[in-house]
Amino acid sequence: MTEPTTPPPAAEPTAPPATAAPAQAPASAPPPGPATRLARVLGSLVVPILAIVSGLFIGALVIVFSDREIVGLLGRDPLAGLGAAVDSVSRAYGALLTGSIGDPGRIADALASGDARSFERAFRPISESLVRATPLIFAGLAVALGFRSGLFNIGAEGQLYLGAIFAVFVGFTLTGLPWFIHLPLTVLAGFLGGAVWGFIPGILKARTGAHEVIVTIMLNYVAYRLLDLLLKNQPFQRAGSANPISKIIEESAEMPQLIAGLRVTWWFPLALLTAAGVSWLLFHSTRGFEFRAVGLNPGAARYAGIRIGRTLVLTMMISGALAGLAGASVMIADEGTLTPGFSPGYGFDAIAIALLGRSRPLGVVAAAILFGILRAGATPMQAATQIPIDLVVVVQSFIVMFIAAPALVRTIYRIRTPRVSGTEVFSKGWGT
Amino acid sequence: MRLELRGISKRFPGVIANEGIDLVVEPGEVHALLGENGAGKSTLMNVLFGLYRPDEGEILVDDKPVEFHDSGDAIAAGIGMVHQHFMLVPVFTVTENVMLGHESARGPVGVLDHADARRRILEVSERHGLRVDPDALVEDLPVGVRQRVEIIKALYRRSEVLILDEPTAVLTPQEDEELFEIMRSLAKNGTSIIFITHKLNEVLEVADRITVLRRGKVVGQADPKTATREQLAAMMVGREVMLEVDKDDPNPGEPVLEISNLVVRDDRDQVAVNDVDLTVNGGEIVCVAGVQGNGQTELIEAITGLRAPESGTIRISGAEVSLDPRQVYLAGVGHIPEDRLEEGLVPGFSVADNLCLNSYFLPPYAKGLRMQRDVILSNATEEVRAYDVRTPSILQDVGNLSGGNQQKVIVAREFSRPLKLLVAAQPTRGLDVGSIEYIHKQIVRKRDDGSAVLIVSTELEEVLALADRVAVMFQGKIVAILSAADATPERLGLLMGGAHPEEASVEEIVAHVDEVVA
Amino acid sequence: MGDVSVAAQARPVAIGPVTLRRHQVVGLFYIVLAAIMAVLAGGGVSAGASSTFDLNASGVAVQLPKLIVPSAGTAYVLSGLCAFVGAIQLVRGFGTRNGIAIGAVAFLAVAVFLVWAASGRSMNIVGVLQATVQRATPITLAGLSGVLCERAGVVNIAIEGMLLTGAFVAAVAGSAFGPWIGIAAAALSGGGLALVLAVLAIRYRVDQIIAGTIINIFALGITSFLSARVLTDVPELNNPDRLQPIAIPVLNDIPIVGPILFANNVFVYSMFILVGVLHFGLFHTRWGLRVRAVGEHPRAADTVGINVLGTRYRNVFLGGLIAGVGGASLVIGASGRFDREMTAGRGFIGLAAMIFGGWAPVGAFLASLVFGFADSLQARLSVLNVPIPSELLLMVPYLVTILVVAGLVGRARAPAADGRPYEKE
Repeated sequence: MTEPTTPPPAAEPTAPPATAAPAQAPASAPPPGPATRLARVLGSLVVPILAIVSGLFIGALVIVFSDREIVGLLGRDPLAGLGAAVDSVSRAYGALLTGSIGDPGRIADALASGDARSFERAFRPISESLVRATPLIFAGLAVALGFRSGLFNIGAEGQLYLGAIFAVFVGFTLTGLPWFIHLPLTVLAGFLGGAVWGFIPGILKARTGAHEVIVTIMLNYVAYRLLDLLLKNQPFQRAGSANPISKIIEESAEMPQLIAGLRVTWWFPLALLTAAGVSWLLFHSTRGFEFRAVGLNPGAARYAGIRIGRTLVLTMMISGALAGLAGASVMIADEGTLTPGFSPGYGFDAIAIALLGRSRPLGVVAAAILFGILRAGATPMQAATQIPIDLVVVVQSFIVMFIAAPALVRTIYRIRTPRVSGTEVFSKGWGT
Repeated sequence: MRLELRGISKRFPGVIANEGIDLVVEPGEVHALLGENGAGKSTLMNVLFGLYRPDEGEILVDDKPVEFHDSGDAIAAGIGMVHQHFMLVPVFTVTENVMLGHESARGPVGVLDHADARRRILEVSERHGLRVDPDALVEDLPVGVRQRVEIIKALYRRSEVLILDEPTAVLTPQEDEELFEIMRSLAKNGTSIIFITHKLNEVLEVADRITVLRRGKVVGQADPKTATREQLAAMMVGREVMLEVDKDDPNPGEPVLEISNLVVRDDRDQVAVNDVDLTVNGGEIVCVAGVQGNGQTELIEAITGLRAPESGTIRISGAEVSLDPRQVYLAGVGHIPEDRLEEGLVPGFSVADNLCLNSYFLPPYAKGLRMQRDVILSNATEEVRAYDVRTPSILQDVGNLSGGNQQKVIVAREFSRPLKLLVAAQPTRGLDVGSIEYIHKQIVRKRDDGSAVLIVSTELEEVLALADRVAVMFQGKIVAILSAADATPERLGLLMGGAHPEEASVEEIVAHVDEVVA
Repeated sequence: MGDVSVAAQARPVAIGPVTLRRHQVVGLFYIVLAAIMAVLAGGGVSAGASSTFDLNASGVAVQLPKLIVPSAGTAYVLSGLCAFVGAIQLVRGFGTRNGIAIGAVAFLAVAVFLVWAASGRSMNIVGVLQATVQRATPITLAGLSGVLCERAGVVNIAIEGMLLTGAFVAAVAGSAFGPWIGIAAAALSGGGLALVLAVLAIRYRVDQIIAGTIINIFALGITSFLSARVLTDVPELNNPDRLQPIAIPVLNDIPIVGPILFANNVFVYSMFILVGVLHFGLFHTRWGLRVRAVGEHPRAADTVGINVLGTRYRNVFLGGLIAGVGGASLVIGASGRFDREMTAGRGFIGLAAMIFGGWAPVGAFLASLVFGFADSLQARLSVLNVPIPSELLLMVPYLVTILVVAGLVGRARAPAADGRPYEKE
């Protein structure tokens, strides 16, 4: 249990006393061996995988029952209707997969031929998925960090807006700087923008006890209006445009592409690095110890000399800053321009992702990539089959529901209930 | 009404809370149910009140078997319960609380008729001498009055059997007396009372019959006229109690904790600690005795930096410490908090992490921001062994340990470093006898090492067993400081109940005892 | 300006224990506010300009004369009044009538703002108030939904999703079967989502905020999906009849008040009735007493034989029905068609109104009026070309709510067991 990549014991649900070694030799109990560890990891994946499968299945039902022809056919000729239904669903999900991961044949050909053009075309779907996943990783980490400190940050969306606003501002205002100065400054601006928006609920919670859920919901709407306001006025509005659209960031502020020809940028590795950083912060640093102690038992944290208020403010600021990076990552790419509705709800997907990833950085990365795949595949799916992209939102909502109510999945699939529950209850109501 | 329980058993995962319990309560008797914490008294009463379903056995009312699916059924059968934690809605008035569930209402939509309910409440309260203002908000009432509201609530529903669950835990001795008076008067009017307690004196004073529970079973019955405290205690714990802690005479040194003119306000902004002076020397144990809610909690919170005092000074080894739990910790103060799950431990963290809960930021546990996992784990291994914490692994979630082992984790954490001062609030609350003895022994050992020890306890027996000096706290003031020799149970009892120190002389005690006996 | 006044007024409290007494700080603040108003509004209008307020609704027989006041003079007088209130506050405070003083200052600030905005123009104040009531209707219904759920101890942040679903179902069912069936179907759809919330929160003890978030995501996804897949192909299904306003004879003719209150559609009237019925029910009947007990201290309610979980299921379902009607009011009472994401956060504003209104139906209604006023005012001002960004006014509800939950303007106390699952021991 001492290798650096493993989360420390406190984060892992440990085996209940009944199944563990008897208590006679307290100190000499051996740490769980690799086999039981593997079993535990696999065991913890059962519910997420079933949740994803169930979500996709319900998505399939939605596809079928929103198609009048198939519904009509099912009534007249159930067998043919069933065939048509399976056909329709498999075409939709097929398009989704080839649109988000790619066509295996094409990938093989591209690798074999080594031709740049076909390489680009073969890997474009994966690249698009990673582009979509990048802000989701940042925002998911933001929400997960909050959860660990007992804070429900519903405001990732607003913080993401502020991050985007700050980053774009620095991106188009500063001119004539070399990229290695301008780009980091822009990233930093996004970080700060989110931190500012996270600071408000943090300080209000610490000073007045205002529930962060309400404050962050409200700040989301303030952020939308703020963006509307800015985009209609100087210095943000693009010169000569009557539309609410911002100026374009300088080239020196753009994040370079990871691989020439594909849209995925260095933001993606940066997001992975950030996940590793958050993991270290949470599980290997004294700050993280404080965050988690406050999240699990504020009374004991206070007793232990941890300043609750300061910890809450710091958590909300870091959480906001991570969401701000999500906003910056959308902006500081090839588009480089800010429009209303630039975010298709990354901040809300982030809540789902943090839940799906069990508030662990590695889990968040995996969940964000899954959601990135769904989102990236939705557009080609709509183009190919006329099934609206919003289908993936429905699928996502069911995945999260099954994750949040593991008992529901266990009831459906008749799985034995483990003795240590996996989901933590995060918020404590806004009673007292 | 005659109430009978036959062969009641109730099991929880891993625990048999009640096993084959038989109990008969005759009309108009005060029947005491005596037992230690965890003996199964509350479970039995929850079964009787319809909150739990028994696994086996039956309940008979006037010799007819009944089945209670919820508390509504029990109430309908004439059973009323006054819970240890009051079941009152703080933001409702007395009237609203009393009528809840049995509302006076008119018309098809049930418009509340406050006047009618108020009239009926006053009727009940006059008949039994339970004075209360029906229009007062419950959150504004003192504890003793809230209890009266609970009793009225039961009588309002025409209860013929009244269950009182540890009713004196929160009362002063004076309020105890008033309560006993009420109980006697109710019994005289034909109401049966089941009186749950672990306090021997009370049982002897008020009960008509005593049933003793131990580990979920009835171990015997006793007649209060003939039984003695010692007999009952032996039945209750299963062996002769040895509350005497084996310790030498103290060897007091320099003053370590010096408190002067301390004033502290509580959460409701009331003065809870009122101009207190107290000194604790190295190598002695000072116990603060008092009924719960007389400012002890706030006193401890002020000393340990959890609550900012309004005025006054607190010095540790001559230096004023800054009012912050961490500074107090660094000044060499160990603290066993009152509520181990609310304050002392982080359930969800491992035993190892809990063992460095307040030192996690210090070398060798951390270097800068980076925590040193190896050191934390090896330290935990050592302390778990040294303090005999029974846990399958140091990585075990501390929330899964038994209460006694959880308390040992706290003791291990606080005792495993040199201390100038140890502050312990209710260090043995809710623990089994073995754990109590162990923790008492550790505390005495810390004293013998030269630490100053300050203990707050509401358990008189603990105070008498541990203290070298006793400070009695009443309504925020320290009303007397007695040497161990002067601190007799009778005298402490009187002082805790607010008697003037001069009054609490030997003559008074004799008079008081006579009065009680008569 | 209204928003700023409340914001800054709160500042003294945020400072915490200061040497200056709290009421003195507040008093000083009122005076500073008065000075700002005088300088900005009084000095900001051109000399000799006057503000015209039209007090007639369109198409009303009895015409009132227009109210024409000199802009600068009126602004100075009103600012002076505000300073006067501040002076009293500074010297001796208002004690228990503090709320009235805050209200008076807020009213004066709004009045000065209106005088400034209408300077050199004519503003139809009755029109603004009419729109206020209409815009407040869905918000109030959302707030009532929240009151019903939270008074029983279940936090419902899924109101937004219920409104959205209600709006969609109202459009489809209303197009197919007429407006009344549309409303009923919308109510049932809201109730259905509410039952999902209830099952997740009560049966599976999912964190209630998470459960609400899930429902919001689902509602957004499914309505957008179906409107893209079905309504674009079959536009006939997105064209329900709208319910027209019904003027109540006689009452409707009362000047100013009549057109505002008594010439509305069925949704507005039902909202009035619901506010009254629920307020009375919650605070004066057996049902209300039990509901509140369940939300405050469920165990106490349980021990006197009240069915805690049943009460919660019932109330959440009722809340869902009302939220569904609120969604229908957006379509059948207003726009006449469903549009993707058309609720635009009204469910959350309703939640805010519930908190601002102290978890009471009448309070939620009054708070909704404040929010509706900010909304209709910004619409009117942008028509009048008043040089103030409408976005700032649109932020008012959110900012006010933040101040309320932070306890900076009054203190709202949530039901003690709000958001906590109940488990029998």
